[in-house]
Amino acid sequence: MNTWRGPAALFTLALASSALAQDTTSDEIAKYRAVLQEGNPAELWELRGADLWQQKRGPRQVSLQGCDLGLGAGVVKGAYAQLPRYFPDADRVQDLETRLVWCMVRQQGYTEAEAKRNPFGDGNEHKSDLEALTAYVASESRGVKMDVSLRHPKELEAYRLGEALFFFRAGTHDFACATCHGEDGKRIRLQELPNLTTANGAQKAYTTWPAYRVSQGELRTFEWRLYDCFRQQRFPELVLDSDVAIALTMYVARNANGASFDAPAIKR
Amino acid sequence: MPDPMKIRATLVGDSTEVKVLMSHEMESGQRKDAQGQPIPAWFIQVVTVTWNDKTVLSAQWGTAVSKNPFLSFKFKGGAKGDRIMVTWTDSRGDTRTDVASVA
Repeated sequence: MNTWRGPAALFTLALASSALAQDTTSDEIAKYRAVLQEGNPAELWELRGADLWQQKRGPRQVSLQGCDLGLGAGVVKGAYAQLPRYFPDADRVQDLETRLVWCMVRQQGYTEAEAKRNPFGDGNEHKSDLEALTAYVASESRGVKMDVSLRHPKELEAYRLGEALFFFRAGTHDFACATCHGEDGKRIRLQELPNLTTANGAQKAYTTWPAYRVSQGELRTFEWRLYDCFRQQRFPELVLDSDVAIALTMYVARNANGASFDAPAIKR
Repeated sequence: MPDPMKIRATLVGDSTEVKVLMSHEMESGQRKDAQGQPIPAWFIQVVTVTWNDKTVLSAQWGTAVSKNPFLSFKFKGGAKGDRIMVTWTDSRGDTRTDVASVA
């Protein structure tokens, strides 16, 4: 008679697990992240970035320590939590990558093409300096409250443009960012998608980029996240340091105001 | 030259906990590139950790260890300021040594 018990027990188990599947899966993913956080390889990028920041590089052989990220020349601590912002010297709203490229061109004497080369790393042969520098600068804002300003008219303009782009439906799939990120409780496969129109959702998302992607073995920045979202939406390629990239960053970063920044993180 | 390691060594009770993050491709030799050609194996083979010149860990690694490996272990003893030295050698003969002190 024992043979009958097996299937019955299995059936009960199946019922219970399907009801709980969604919650337990995200719990398990959270646990997985917590375990990995301790040995987060993102630190390797932070180390390399810190080194690149201090090194005398480029045709003019100067370090980036004279680069003003918004809090004064060479001040890195807390800078990422206030970006993107308006920079009078560039007369433009810039995010971190754009600002780094700007400093590499103006101060170190690189050409724009050289500075922007290889924005996203690919293995040992194609390491990205920009990603490493971003990881380092972002790590210096860990624990700092997000405080992105809209005081300057150009900052407000960038935010409004970002908001419009966020809801702009286009491409072969008639997709907008808002299609996936405009409602609570949406997901792709088992990955929960943050609702970026709310403070809570934007905070959870924005404060955890850059992140080491275990599945790629690479550190990825928020710009990469936008770039890959564009690819997934079948949009034209997102150009680094374009007004579109900066505006979308501005929209999500500003919505995340008030949260404590907590990256580079680790993601699946 | 290979990228530096990140080493943390902390005193926990009467033992020292060592955590090491290494930067390495750890190519298994099982993968193929875009042209369908096998990517040659390239991985860390030997890891040695010394505490004030005494070997406290010696390991032989293979291709099953992940990319950018993280190693954590404890040994009995240790005091604040002691020298922890980690060395790895990979299958190409490249090697990297980094030093940290116990905190």
